[in-house]
Amino acid sequence: MEALQIAILLFVAAAGTAVVFTREPAAQAIVISFYGLLLSIMFFLFQAPDVGLSQITVGAVALPLMILLALARVKKQGRGKIES
Amino acid sequence: MTRRVRRIFFLLSAVLLIAVFWNGYSKLPPVGALTGTYGDVVNAITVPERHITDAVTAVNFDIRGFDTLGEEFILFTSVMGAVLLMRRQSDEPGGDHEDRARDRVVPNPSDAVRVTALLLVAPTVLFGIYIVAHGQVSPGGGFQGGVILSTAPLLLYLSGTFGQFRRAAPQRLIAISEAIGAAAYILIGGACVALGGSFLQNLLPLGQSASITGGGTVVFIDLGVGLEVSGGIVLILLVYLEELMEEKEG
Amino acid sequence: MSELNYLGYVVAAWLFLVGLYGVVTSRNLIHLCICVAVIQSSSYVLLLSIGYRTGRPAPIFLTIPSNTPAVDPVVQALMLTDIVVEVTVMALLLALAVQVHKRQGTLDPDRLRKLGG
Repeated sequence: MEALQIAILLFVAAAGTAVVFTREPAAQAIVISFYGLLLSIMFFLFQAPDVGLSQITVGAVALPLMILLALARVKKQGRGKIES
Repeated sequence: MTRRVRRIFFLLSAVLLIAVFWNGYSKLPPVGALTGTYGDVVNAITVPERHITDAVTAVNFDIRGFDTLGEEFILFTSVMGAVLLMRRQSDEPGGDHEDRARDRVVPNPSDAVRVTALLLVAPTVLFGIYIVAHGQVSPGGGFQGGVILSTAPLLLYLSGTFGQFRRAAPQRLIAISEAIGAAAYILIGGACVALGGSFLQNLLPLGQSASITGGGTVVFIDLGVGLEVSGGIVLILLVYLEELMEEKEG
Repeated sequence: MSELNYLGYVVAAWLFLVGLYGVVTSRNLIHLCICVAVIQSSSYVLLLSIGYRTGRPAPIFLTIPSNTPAVDPVVQALMLTDIVVEVTVMALLLALAVQVHKRQGTLDPDRLRKLGG
């Protein structure tokens, strides 16, 4: 395997560990966006352009967006319960 | 069980899993040397016999089209589940929505953001349709193009207010178009049966490879899947965003 | 070094175990859903390593002659639909987490009461 492929695999492993050990979900949304970008670079380096195309939009835009929206909803519900 | 007991149990299971992985991996050849003949056969026949230059789209929509039908319906069902879970329950107060939460100071998006987002909407829609329609020529297809298309209303939301986003992508229209996309897949397969072939057999004339007509029914299936995927993701976003907005006072 | 040739498989197993550790020791339901996404991405790395052939180009025959040996396209087709399905399944999981918070008032899995309370 080439050096670039080995390097990107190690980066992906490190970023995955970082996603799990970030305990705060709001910060985790940013880390998972970066992790999605690293995954798509890995797909391109392993000669899988179709898969990389899917992963770019999904992992960097749609997934962190949904996490942040769920967090905002939870915060709004929590505020409503405290007030009532 | 307490947290410590759970952690110890996990460590034991992790050791067991590592042993299973080791046993499995030691019997595999190293990465890059696995020899599977199915992939080589598909690569050899996809241009001469099916006139499709993108082998991955050929596998997805032509050679193994039935499996993609199942995956598409997984997507459809989870979108339905998410919408059902997030809609306004009957015991919550309804009403018109205002576009800002009561005690949250939301700054107006700056002019740079608004202009850039507005300028990017039309190219995004065009690019999404291009990727959907050219799935059999170059990397692309229904799934990728659908996700790209679904970011276009999101750009509208970034550049405007939630009211404008809702007017541009009304929920009923998106739901109907998503259902049409999902039904199109089955109808195309059914049409193949009605015309005397088997389900999802390619009965249209296989056109010229490296053009839109290559692959017969693949381009229509791509369009259906693109509609369904983009409709599904926009529907999820609509439902999530709708529940964030506070009711109007009074 | 021949051991480096197995790095793809090792990274897949590592991501699986790390994601599982996050699920087991999570204190926040949304953090748990994101660790499930990490477990899902470990399957992508494994499929990618299975399908890769050293030195061969991508299976797009637009600019290369159609009989050049290429990387396996079947596993790439599996990964492609898997990625898009992942985001909708994550939406479902996050909606479930939000509903649990609405009923029980907490996102901590250790403090959830049983159903019917």
